[in-house]
Amino acid sequence: MFNFDTPLNLVYGLLTGLVFGFLLQRGGVTRYRVILGQFLWVDHTVLRTMLTAVAVGAVGVYGMHQMWDISLHLKSTAILANICGGVLFGIGMVVLGYCPGTGVGALGDGSRHAWFGVLGMLIGAAIYAELYPLIKDNFLAVGDFGKITMPGAAHLSPWIFIIGLAVVAVIVFALLRGRDLPPKETTPDSQ
Amino acid sequence: MANPLSKPRWSPYLIGASIGILSWITFGLMNKALGTSTTFVRLAGLIESLFSKEHVAQNPYFAKYVVDKPAIDWQMMLVVGLVLGALLSSLLSKSRNVERVPELWAWRFGPSAALRYLGAFVGGVLVLVGARLAGGCTSGHGISGGLQFAVSSWIFFVSFFLAGIGTAFVMFGKEGRRHV
Repeated sequence: MFNFDTPLNLVYGLLTGLVFGFLLQRGGVTRYRVILGQFLWVDHTVLRTMLTAVAVGAVGVYGMHQMWDISLHLKSTAILANICGGVLFGIGMVVLGYCPGTGVGALGDGSRHAWFGVLGMLIGAAIYAELYPLIKDNFLAVGDFGKITMPGAAHLSPWIFIIGLAVVAVIVFALLRGRDLPPKETTPDSQ
Repeated sequence: MANPLSKPRWSPYLIGASIGILSWITFGLMNKALGTSTTFVRLAGLIESLFSKEHVAQNPYFAKYVVDKPAIDWQMMLVVGLVLGALLSSLLSKSRNVERVPELWAWRFGPSAALRYLGAFVGGVLVLVGARLAGGCTSGHGISGGLQFAVSSWIFFVSFFLAGIGTAFVMFGKEGRRHV
């Protein structure tokens, strides 16, 4: 059980986390009001950050995949589970105000209520492990297509999707420009 | 020019592009994809194993991640680093935000910290059950899967985003938009 990965992987993981946590806090997404602001459509920080990350990330990852044959890390498509999981996740994210990554980052950023969210996430993981044997062969198998990508399924170059995403992102950013409601002054010690 | 390290907020485009480049490094150098939610499975399994090793060993889900596996791994260290990185950032920019009850929540549900903590807990349970059902969270599916154009990840992204918007308006209504 309590086995360790290689020291190199542990150091790499820690460094990645340090940078990721720094960026999430500096981007404002370790804040409840920024996350809720996105879902209430008054603050588009989350959408801007994610779309940019995905578009920029895709260029390098597919570039390296084609030039140097680096591995992709895909998750299985199981349509029913992806949709139901996504819906539960979306409801939970609004009730909590964070997702797992931003919630953990929020601990560092000072959020006290995020600690209860993280505790809930641990319990959620334990609950899922108990449910898993019951849903593995039926529910999770509905619409199971394995590890597929959109370019792979469509037999098209990934670069068509990358360029398409970049165009969509630029249009979305242009449409959202100036649409954020002005933020209220943050009270550092709001109770 | 002001020191960028002391500026509390950076442009979302700069942050997004940096996370994208961080993904190049994790894929290219480390052969890993950014993710966080599996760590909660490993951590839950480790904690349960302190009480009943057999129970964890017999569970097929824990078998995939915890049993005879290096449970303390790259991603778990990433999660540790996440807390420290966010802490470091908040200290460098003096923007640390000790928050018990967010304003929007207090406007809708009152100033009780206990109620907010209960809400956060219930939300956390839903988030992780949802993430594991879908196979990932905002980082594993949203960013890493999204940038690979994985079908699963884009289905997840659209599902959680629409469900989130619906839930936000049910919980806080149009009026809530003025209290964010």
